[in-house]
Amino acid sequence: MTVLEIRDLSVDYGQGDDAVHAVSSVDLTLERGEVLGLAGESGSGKSTLAHAMTRLLPPPGVITSGEVLYHGRRSSSDGPVDVLGLTPKELRAFRWSEVSVVFQGAMNSLNPVSTVEQQLGDVFRAHRRDMTAARRTERSRELLDLVGISADRLSAYPHQLSGGTRQRVMIAMALALEPEIVVMDEPTTALDVVVQRQILEKMMRLREQLGFAVVFITHDISLLVEFSDRIAIVYAGRVVEQAPAREIYRAAAHPYSRGLLNSFPALHGERRPLTGIPGSPPDLRHVPSGCPFHPRCPSAFDPCDQDTPALVPLGEHRSAACWLHTTSPRRRSGVGAT
Amino acid sequence: MTFLLRRAAFYLVTAWAAITINFVLPRMLPGDPVQTMITRFQGRLSADAIASLHVLFGLDAGESLPTQYWKYWENLFRGDLGLSFTFFPTTVTDVVAQSLPWTLSLMGVTTVISFVLGTLIGVYAGWRRGSWLDGLLPVTTFFSAIPYFWLGLIAIAVFAVNLRAFPAAGGYAPGVVPGFTAEFVGSALYHAVLPGVTIVVSSVAGWVLGMRNMMVTVSSEDYVVAAHAKGLPERRVMLRYAARNAVLPSVSGFALSLGFIVGGTLLVEMVFSYPGIGFVLFQAVNAKDYPLMQGIFLIITLAVLVANLLADVVYLLLDPRTRKVS
Amino acid sequence: MRFRVNPKTGTGLGVLGFFVLIAAIGPWIAPYDPSAMGPDLLRPPSMRHPFGTTQTGQDVFSQILVGTRGVLVVGLVAGLIATVLSVVVGVTAGFLGGTADEVLSALSNVFLVVPALPLIIIVVSFLPDASDLVIALAISATGWAWGARVLRAQTLSLRQRDHVEAARATGEHTWRLIVFEVMPNLTAVIASGFVGTVIFAVLSEITLSFIGVANISNWNWGTVLFWAQNNQALAQGAWWWFVPAGLSIALLGTALSLINFGIDEFVNPRLRTSGRVRGEKGARTRAGFTPVVRTGGDRS
Ligand SMILES: Nc1ncnc2c1ncn2[C@@H]1O[C@H](COP(=O)(O)OP(=O)(O)O)[C@@H](O)[C@H]1O
Ligand SMILES: [Mg+2]
Repeated sequence: MTVLEIRDLSVDYGQGDDAVHAVSSVDLTLERGEVLGLAGESGSGKSTLAHAMTRLLPPPGVITSGEVLYHGRRSSSDGPVDVLGLTPKELRAFRWSEVSVVFQGAMNSLNPVSTVEQQLGDVFRAHRRDMTAARRTERSRELLDLVGISADRLSAYPHQLSGGTRQRVMIAMALALEPEIVVMDEPTTALDVVVQRQILEKMMRLREQLGFAVVFITHDISLLVEFSDRIAIVYAGRVVEQAPAREIYRAAAHPYSRGLLNSFPALHGERRPLTGIPGSPPDLRHVPSGCPFHPRCPSAFDPCDQDTPALVPLGEHRSAACWLHTTSPRRRSGVGAT
Repeated sequence: MTFLLRRAAFYLVTAWAAITINFVLPRMLPGDPVQTMITRFQGRLSADAIASLHVLFGLDAGESLPTQYWKYWENLFRGDLGLSFTFFPTTVTDVVAQSLPWTLSLMGVTTVISFVLGTLIGVYAGWRRGSWLDGLLPVTTFFSAIPYFWLGLIAIAVFAVNLRAFPAAGGYAPGVVPGFTAEFVGSALYHAVLPGVTIVVSSVAGWVLGMRNMMVTVSSEDYVVAAHAKGLPERRVMLRYAARNAVLPSVSGFALSLGFIVGGTLLVEMVFSYPGIGFVLFQAVNAKDYPLMQGIFLIITLAVLVANLLADVVYLLLDPRTRKVS
Repeated sequence: MRFRVNPKTGTGLGVLGFFVLIAAIGPWIAPYDPSAMGPDLLRPPSMRHPFGTTQTGQDVFSQILVGTRGVLVVGLVAGLIATVLSVVVGVTAGFLGGTADEVLSALSNVFLVVPALPLIIIVVSFLPDASDLVIALAISATGWAWGARVLRAQTLSLRQRDHVEAARATGEHTWRLIVFEVMPNLTAVIASGFVGTVIFAVLSEITLSFIGVANISNWNWGTVLFWAQNNQALAQGAWWWFVPAGLSIALLGTALSLINFGIDEFVNPRLRTSGRVRGEKGARTRAGFTPVVRTGGDRS
C-alpha cells in the first residue's frame, strides 16, 4: 500500500538563468510503514526534496513541476490528495497531522523563548481544537515518556536541555498527532555516535509500535543501510538508483552508488578501503549534458555524455538510471550488468 | 539575577566615569576662566556666584586635586550642583528639577509610541517581503536622515505659522496655572502634539528598519521553518516564533539608541522652546552657563543609565536564556 | 561569481560623489560671497538667487555651496578617526580576549551608554576655540564605540575559524595574523562602521552649528540654519532660508544610508532576495509556503 507518491518533482532556487536546479524530475514512492532512506553527497538535493514534499522550501525555492500525491487513511474515500495543489489553509491542516518533519537542524528547531510544553501545546491547539488544556498537558507527558524524557522537562526552555534531549523532544513532537509519515532529515548529525544510535533505535521501535512510514535522510550510508528498508540514491537532484537496502549494500548497480558505499567504512568487522569518488558534484546551475555523473564516472562510455539515462526497472524491486544497465538508443549491443 | 547585578555594576562604573569627566573637564581649561567670566558678566555676578565658579573650576584657595574631588562628591550627594548664571540666583538643582518632568514625559511617551509603532511595521514589512511596505523603505530612510530639529522647524512653519493648528512654542498656554487641572493637562497635551509627532516621525524609521531586517533573518531560522511545518496558524508563527525572537536585538539595541534619542529630543525641545531640559541646555549654552550645562549633562546621563537598567529588566523578562536555570 | 554593484550602493555612491564634487569646487562656483550683504533682502528664490536671500541680502545658494565643504570635511575626518579608533579597540579586544577584552569592552560600553550629544556640547563649549578640527575630534572621541563593539564580535567569531586557528598553531606573529588573516575579512564591517560614523558626525556637526556651539563664522549647512532660526525666518515665512540646507542634509544622509544597506546585504545575503516570483501574478516566495510555478516541461 502506497502512502506517498512523488511524480516528476522539480525544484529551482531562484528563477531565470541563475536558477539552481536542485531537484529534477524525481519519481519516488513511499509504502505505508516502511523506512525509505535517501543517500547522496552533501548538496545533492536531499533536504530540498524533503522540504519540497511539504512545501517548506526557504526562499527563493520554487517548485517548477510535478505532483506529490498523498494516500492517507483519512482521505481514502475521495482518492489521493495532491499536496502541491492545497490552499494555504488546507496545507496547514495537512502538515504535521499527516506528515511531520524532524529537521536537519533539529537542535535549533525549538523556539528558544518558549517552553517545551508551550511548543507541544501549539501543535494541539492548531490541530485539535477541542482538546482541553488538561488533556494537552497529559498528552504532552505521554509523548515525552514515549521518547524517554522525564515529564518535568515540560517546563524547560530549549537552552536548558542537552542536544540529544532537544532531539528527542522534536521526535516526540513529530509523533504528537500520529502522522502517517515522518521525514527525518539528518536528524542526528550534530550528536555523538552513541546518542545518535540510541535515538535512531528508539525511533525504529516507535515505528513498529505506531506504524508510520519514515523518510530517513543521512549522508552516513552505514546508518542508512542498517535502518532503512529501501534506499534511493540521489545525485545532482536526481534519483539515480532505488533498491532494497540489503541489495544496494551487496551489489549497487549505479557507479555513483558504489562510490558512495566505498566512501564509508563497512558496518561490521572488516574495513574496506575508503576509495570515495574523485571530483566534486556539478554546479546545479549548469548540470552537464547527458548523465550528470559522467565526468566523475569510472565506467563512462559513449552515450553517457550525450543522453540522460532514465530510471528504469532492473528486476522486481530495483531501478537505476545508468547506461550500463539500459540499452542506449545509439548503441544496440549493451555491455550488460556488472 | 547575576545578569542584572553585572549590568548594575557596569552602570555604576559608567556613572562614576561621567561624574569624573564632569569634574575633570573644567580643570583642563587654560588660563583663568573665572576672571574671563567675571569680565564677561561685567560685575553682574554676585560674590556667591563667583565663589561657586571658583569651586567649579577648581581654583578655590589652591586646594589639592584630591581634596577638590572629595568636595565635589560631597556637594553631589547633597544635591548641590552650584548656581546657575542664567537663572541667577536659582540653583542648578532647582532649574533641572523644574524642567526634567517635561522632558521625561515627552520623551517617555514618544519613545514608547515610536518603538511600538516601528516594531509593528517592521514585523509586517519583514514577514511580507516584497509587499508595498518594502517600497516605503527608501522613504523612511529619507525621513530618518532628516535631523529631528529641522523636521521640527518645518512642522512649526506648516502647522503653527501657516495653518495655525498648533502652538509654535511653550509647554502650556501662558495664562494657565500649572497643576493637576483639566485645563492645564489639556493645554500641556495640546502643546506636546507637534514636538511629539516630530520625534516619532524622525525616530520611527530606525525601529522599522532594524525590526524588518531581524524578521527577515529570523524567518529562515530552523524554529520558524519548524513552526510552519507544524501547521500553526500564520499569525502564531509570525508573532510567537519569528517576531518574539526578532524583537530581542531591538530591545538590547534600545539602550544604545537611547543616547541618540535623547540628543534628538533635546534639539526638538530647543526648536519648540519646550520647557524641558533641552531648552534649558540651549539657554545655558548660549549664556556659557557652565554649572548649568554640567548639571544637565549629569542628570541626562543618570537618567539614561536608569532607562538602560529598565531595558535590561525588560530583556531579562523577554529572553529566558538570561535567566538562571531553575 | 560576477561582481555587480548593488543598485542601492550605486545610487548612494552617486549622490555622495556629487556632494564631494560640490565640496571641492563649491567656493569657486558660488555666484556670491556667502557672507556679503546685498540689496535684495529676504527675497524668495529667483533667477538671480536660486535659493533666495537672507534678511541681510546674503545669497543662500552660495552659502549652501560653500558650506558643503565644512560638512564633508568634518564628517569624513571624524569618521576616519573614529573608525581607526574602533578598529584598534575592537579588533584588539576580540583577538586578545581575556582581561584586555574585558577592559576594552567595558570602555566602549561606557562610551556607548553616555549620551553623545550633551557630552560633545559640553566638551566643545569648554574648549576656547571650536574649530572644525576640534569638533571633528570631539565627535570621533564619542563616536567610535559602536564600531568597536561590532568589530569585536566579528573578530571573535573570525578568530575561531579554521584558517586563523591553523595560522595561530604554526606560530605566526599576532600582528601578522591580524593584518593578513583577520582584517581582510572585516573589510565590509569596517566600511559599514565608517559610513555609519560619517552619518553620525555630519548630523552632530550640523546640530552643534545650529545651536551655536560651533564657530558660526565657518559656513556649513548648520550655520545657515542657525542664522535662519535666529532671524525668525520661520515666522517671516522665509521657507527658502532653511529648506535647502535641511534637504541637503537629508539627501546626504540618505545617500550614506543607502551605501550601508548595500554593505549589509553583502554581509547578510538573506536580506537580499526580493521575495517576488517573476511571471506568476500574486505568487511570492514566502517562508513556509513554497509557490508552485509550473514552467511547462522544458526540462527532462
Ligand atoms: N536557499 C538556497 N538558495 C540557493 N541554493 C540553495 C539553497 N538551499 C540549497 N541550495 C542548493 O541546492 C542544492 C541542494 O541542497 P540541499 O538540498 O541542501 O542538499 P543536501 O541536503 O543533499 O545536502 C545545493 O547545490 C545547494 O547549493
Ligand atoms: Mg541537507
